[in-house]
Amino acid sequence: MVAQNLFFYAIAAMIVLSAIRVVTSQNVVHAALYLVAVLAGVGAQYVLLTAEFVAATQVLVYIGAIIVLLLFGVMLTRSRIGRDQDLTHKHWMAGAATAALLFGVMAYSLIDEYGWTRTPLPADTRIAHVDGSNTATVSDAVFGQYLVPFEVISVVLLAALVGAIVLARRD
Amino acid sequence: MDDLLLNQFLLLGAVLFCVGVYGVLARRNAVLVLMSIELILNSVNINLVAFGAMHGSVAGAVFALFVIAIAAAEVGVGLAIVLLIYRNRKSVDLDDMAEMKG
Repeated sequence: MVAQNLFFYAIAAMIVLSAIRVVTSQNVVHAALYLVAVLAGVGAQYVLLTAEFVAATQVLVYIGAIIVLLLFGVMLTRSRIGRDQDLTHKHWMAGAATAALLFGVMAYSLIDEYGWTRTPLPADTRIAHVDGSNTATVSDAVFGQYLVPFEVISVVLLAALVGAIVLARRD
Repeated sequence: MDDLLLNQFLLLGAVLFCVGVYGVLARRNAVLVLMSIELILNSVNINLVAFGAMHGSVAGAVFALFVIAIAAAEVGVGLAIVLLIYRNRKSVDLDDMAEMKG
């Protein structure tokens, strides 16, 4: 067992437990705070996969911006801050069965297809070897090969921003 | 067991995806449904970055960045819609919204 494996399993356990609390918690604010734990854990997994820039973006955008936006949503819709018994649908068993079935199908096909395929350790990856920095390679790719999608994303963000303002404006 | 297996990450993504699907199906509060959608988008990002690491390319990381940007736009518009629904109906209970029911 290498250190990466130990960290992987510790963080994965934290992610899964927090994710289950996000969808079962009877308190909206607690659910949002458990979501922070999930997002931080996912960011740690990106570091294990040698994608430091994605990890930094995850912390900045998700934990920094999206969580704040969601908490504003909780406040503005005056969901009761505190315990609320009605947050889960009475037919939640059907949802749980659907999720379990979906996981069964996905786990079977993943294990069947990728059984023991390895991800190269960070020291072996070709990514890590380009100028010693993964972030430089990512920026080269974003501003080179993926320049057009990058520009389109910025237009999409602008459109979403204008749309959100138009929708939420009082008049 | 000396290496990280690709399947570790893919199965973690699958678990996260299914938990998110359960949240979307079982929750009644619209803001909680948006949080569950964030879980689903994150599971997809784990898959993208893991496949990118397996192939030794940054394409996975670049696509994960695009997904993060789209998720930010989605939450912005989604919360504006939820806010509008709250303003019109004084409730964000998804069970109350059945006007389109055939």
